[in-house]
Amino acid sequence: MTLNNELKNWYVTNFKMFEEGLNGESKSKFHLVRKDALSKFRELEFPTTKDEEWKYTNISPLLNYNFRQPVSIRLKPEQIEKYLFSTKDFITLVFVNGFYDESLSSVPKEIKGLTVKNLSAALKENSPICEKYLSRFAPYQSSIFTALSTAFVKEGTFVHVEKNAVIEKPIQLLYLTATGENIITNPRNLFVIENNAQVKIVEIHKSLEENVNFTNLVTEVVVEGNAIVEHVKLQDENLKSFHISRLEVDLKKSSNYASYNVSIGASIARSDINARFNDEGGECTLNGLYLAHENQLVDTHTLIDHAKPHCNSHELYKGVMDDKSRAVFNGKVMVRKDAQKTNAFQENKNILLSDDAVVDTKPQLEIFADDVKCSHGATIGQLSKEGLFYLRSRGFSEELARTTLIYAFASDVVHSISISEVRDKLEEMLAEKLLK
Amino acid sequence: MLEIKNLRVAINGKEILKGINLKVNKGEVHAIMGPNGSGKSTLAQVLAGREEYEILEGEILFEGKNLIEMAPEDRAREGVFLAFQYPIEIPGVSNTNLLKNALNEIRKYRGQEPLDAMEFLTLVKKKMPIVEMRQELLSRSVNEAFSGGEKKKNEIFQMAVLEPKLGILDETDSGLDIDALRIVANGVNQIKNENNAFVVVTHYQRLLNYIVPDFVHVLQNGKIIKSGNKELALELEEKGYDWLKEHEAEFVAAK
Repeated sequence: MTLNNELKNWYVTNFKMFEEGLNGESKSKFHLVRKDALSKFRELEFPTTKDEEWKYTNISPLLNYNFRQPVSIRLKPEQIEKYLFSTKDFITLVFVNGFYDESLSSVPKEIKGLTVKNLSAALKENSPICEKYLSRFAPYQSSIFTALSTAFVKEGTFVHVEKNAVIEKPIQLLYLTATGENIITNPRNLFVIENNAQVKIVEIHKSLEENVNFTNLVTEVVVEGNAIVEHVKLQDENLKSFHISRLEVDLKKSSNYASYNVSIGASIARSDINARFNDEGGECTLNGLYLAHENQLVDTHTLIDHAKPHCNSHELYKGVMDDKSRAVFNGKVMVRKDAQKTNAFQENKNILLSDDAVVDTKPQLEIFADDVKCSHGATIGQLSKEGLFYLRSRGFSEELARTTLIYAFASDVVHSISISEVRDKLEEMLAEKLLK
Repeated sequence: MLEIKNLRVAINGKEILKGINLKVNKGEVHAIMGPNGSGKSTLAQVLAGREEYEILEGEILFEGKNLIEMAPEDRAREGVFLAFQYPIEIPGVSNTNLLKNALNEIRKYRGQEPLDAMEFLTLVKKKMPIVEMRQELLSRSVNEAFSGGEKKKNEIFQMAVLEPKLGILDETDSGLDIDALRIVANGVNQIKNENNAFVVVTHYQRLLNYIVPDFVHVLQNGKIIKSGNKELALELEEKGYDWLKEHEAEFVAAK
């Protein structure tokens, strides 16, 4: 516990320096939220495996480091271009070590109905939308990592799509960590999509070097009536790093939100994904794919809260686990008393490629309404021997047969991504990962 | 082409094949008949390299090469093809993908250049009529949601594209209605030529009305107890396998 306190003091001390670095912005209204979050951070404890929500995920390796505030560095366009989709076809924001890099980014001067900018710029301008929603959905009162993230909110992406605006160009957000040992970044995203509006957003988290870094990400998404949002996240950090993320989605009447959460990197990757139907007729898709090897641990906790009737949720998470890797999947679906005519489907499928890989999967349905259709399923298996023999009997090498079967298993999670460049790249990346 | 010498095979410690001898020359069709549990399918699977079986004794020579020591993929590349009794469904892998990879792996093994997309498509198009293969099945996942007949047709279609030297049909007729049976058998007859050979494993004689064998072997209790020409199949159809049990007794007594 003393270690715990020392570590908390470390971050509290760092906060003073962080505050000084904010210059005038520390006088903004939002800074009161930061300070409140910091005081909550002091009160909360880092979770242990005694906490039900962290039962299978021991984060003590993360607590061994005093992560520091990053320093800004300059990268050349050619150092990052391979991680980006065409900047002609995408609106592009690039962050390096937590700092927005305007020269690497490519944001059109004006797109009708769209505000997209780095968060610090939005805060500086006192954007009323930003002030209204930022930190409203992510509960820093109960999560120490979210409290830490909220106290140190500085940079990230603010997207606001106005009523009826359909944004054709997808938005890509590239979050890179580069030079710097043991740095922490707390990227913060806020996406507000107004009535009848549509947008597609892709975020990529990548480390360029092999340092131990800590990304503590929080994303809040507000999907207003009849709006449609597609949100892809690729987490491809190095195998020494830590990636903790929280995604909060607030769905209004007849809105439609789809998340594709692909997790490949990090030594410990934990995602908390919470979606709430706050009105009738909503649609929510939570799809995810995790590939892990060596000693990686990937933990996904999702909650879909059917608070209102006539909403549909679909959830498909797949995992491919090799070596001594571990996966945790906890999928909670809450159907409240009023939420009649709910359809909720959840599936978690895993393939273990080694005897030492472990998956702990726990579907959790809590249903308080009586006229609903809900189903869940979880499987943990190995590659089908019959399938392997069949392919080999046709001339496939054993390696190619294995890769083909794993790829076929995994790739259907990303098939329904509508941005073809993103889907193709993810499929290609999968094939590459599996073939190596 | 194929020579099996005194082959003894067990699975889970139980001996299934108890000394099989068989010689197949190119251009020939051999039918292996026998009641359920006689070891017919075991023989087919062992030839294709199924690893769960334990070879206790004997030899399998394919064009002079020892097949037993070869991985299943190398047998395929050498020209052995098994049409499965129960073709496997592989969700997420299209028929086209399977065929293209299979063909190019085989070509690579033989030192040939891989086919490009156009050449491959041309070849596939040419082979489709052989089993009246519908175009839309090609882009679908291997055998997924195929009817029983479509699965068997797909096996013969793969064989048509991969052009093996030795085709082994493992109860390809089982579960087929008469129309599908005719299409499948017709397909095999179109693939058949003087340079390849077939081993047709079947329980019933009716397939042999369409694929006419040069030799018929009766397998019972892990041994070939009688060999003959196509008339033997008709005789079996008429008299049943029990007739041979007496025959087997005589056979053993005569030894």
